[in-house]
Amino acid sequence: MIRSFRIYRFQHKYAPYLFVAPFAVTFAVFGLYPLIKSLVLAFYITAGPTSSRFVGWGNFRVLLADPDFHKAVWNTAVFAFFSVFLQLPLSLGLALLLNRKALRGRNFFRLVFFSPNLVGSVFVAVLFTVIFMPKFGLLNQVLHGLVGLPLDTKWLSNPSLVMPALVGTSLWMYVGFNMIYFLAALQAVDKELYEAAMVDGANRFQQFLHVTVPGIKPVAVFVVVLSTIGSFQLFELPFLMLGNTGGPNNAGLTIVMYLYQNGFVTGDLGYASAIAWSLALGVLILSLAQMRLTGAWKRGD
Amino acid sequence: MVRYLPRILLYGALSLCAVVMLTPLVWLLAASLKGPDDLFHYLFFPPPSHLSLHNFRQLFIEIPFIRFLMNSFFVTGTTVMVQLFFASLGGFALAKYEFRAKRPIMILMLATMMIPGQVMLAPLYEMIYRMGFMDSYLGLIVPGAVSVFGMFLFRQSMLQIPDDLLQAGRIDGCSEFGLYWNIALPVSRPMIGAFCLISFMGNWNSFLWPQIILHTRELFTLPIGLNQMVGLYHQEYGVLMAGTLLSILPVVILFFVLQKEFISGLTAGAIKG
Repeated sequence: MIRSFRIYRFQHKYAPYLFVAPFAVTFAVFGLYPLIKSLVLAFYITAGPTSSRFVGWGNFRVLLADPDFHKAVWNTAVFAFFSVFLQLPLSLGLALLLNRKALRGRNFFRLVFFSPNLVGSVFVAVLFTVIFMPKFGLLNQVLHGLVGLPLDTKWLSNPSLVMPALVGTSLWMYVGFNMIYFLAALQAVDKELYEAAMVDGANRFQQFLHVTVPGIKPVAVFVVVLSTIGSFQLFELPFLMLGNTGGPNNAGLTIVMYLYQNGFVTGDLGYASAIAWSLALGVLILSLAQMRLTGAWKRGD
Repeated sequence: MVRYLPRILLYGALSLCAVVMLTPLVWLLAASLKGPDDLFHYLFFPPPSHLSLHNFRQLFIEIPFIRFLMNSFFVTGTTVMVQLFFASLGGFALAKYEFRAKRPIMILMLATMMIPGQVMLAPLYEMIYRMGFMDSYLGLIVPGAVSVFGMFLFRQSMLQIPDDLLQAGRIDGCSEFGLYWNIALPVSRPMIGAFCLISFMGNWNSFLWPQIILHTRELFTLPIGLNQMVGLYHQEYGVLMAGTLLSILPVVILFFVLQKEFISGLTAGAIKG
């Protein structure tokens, strides 16, 4: 009896460590260590994984003057701006339409709007490469039939059309995904608040402004921050749609693509790490600013 | 009539959006069922007598597509299983035990979640190269074994398991691992469903890391193989579309099996804030 009690005590004390160990060890080796190592790497120039030379702040100095990096940052920022400001109002609009009380077929519409998300960005990229094709692509055929646009519009090889093509593709892909979040938030708003507002004589618009908006604000901030972070990591869509290059005149070159080119095509892992940390820092500052601006910061969530 | 106008507008707007969302997918299906001669003749489906499986035949004969598919299943399946085991076991410990390393572990994990994963690419590549895992599945599965998101998901759901239930198990002579296996895991079945689907989708679509690690064509997963096909089959796009269709089918099937769990898993974190 005493012996089994001792085994119990022993087990209870060490079990949690054993349970966390597989996760924690893998996490430390393949998560924490590379994180710290990349901070070190950012101060070296490397040629492949075996040779390296210390350059101090050299990588960051070169980066600040690198016109291709500027182009990549600009492209990524433009993409992020348009995807957030086109996508989210549309997502919210769809969610509001679907939130109508007497709506029939809500589950059907929700599934349809969400369905592009099942495709996955690599396969979306392949599909839209073909859809944007001149002459036989779906988009040109439809636009030709509806508004008489020329059939040979080269969406992916005309520098000024590359960005609209990318923004449009990601709009198709993510509008339903963000809608799910907004819909869940709308359904969580207390119904009694609307009744109270109605008793006080508030019209539909006033109800929206004073009940709906404050009610869904935490989720809205969450969605804005999340889709900004996601947009800044844009890689698969342009990489596949533009034939594994930055596209015509580098019009589709993004930060992560530039990181990939430098680290894994040219072989300078140090420069790639410097690009990665610039991205991380930029994203962090941007998310903090967004949370600050929207007032989510103060409440600490 | 005027009374019904808002309804008509509502359903009209929703239907229009639905058509826009579905058209690319319907076109995908149509393009993969058109023979090479009809590819440029019909915008959508040709007449039934012209429907052909030519594209799928090409896919299986000229390209090692079945091989890519099997590779994807192997890599994704293994990664999801390992992630599930590590994350649920760790999540159980973080939810139901008090131990000294608990807070440091959780704070470290939260902090790394804020940093974009691309930061790890270069040093990970260096490590995998030194370990000799280049151009092998070990280079994909081993670094992919941890899912911080999964760990938090399971911790969150296992917090709700009553301590009395675990204590009762202990009195009945259940080992600590037995508590995890016989009580915590079965209780978290909805979370397991949600996690499997989310993790499957992420790994099935994973592109950047496999693109860096894999060089031999026989080892390619679907995303890498398909990327190579885009260059080769730009004109004969029916084959490409058939490949895309078959690539997304497993995710679609899994989604319909696990749909309910998925939506609740997706929004659980957002609402509770």
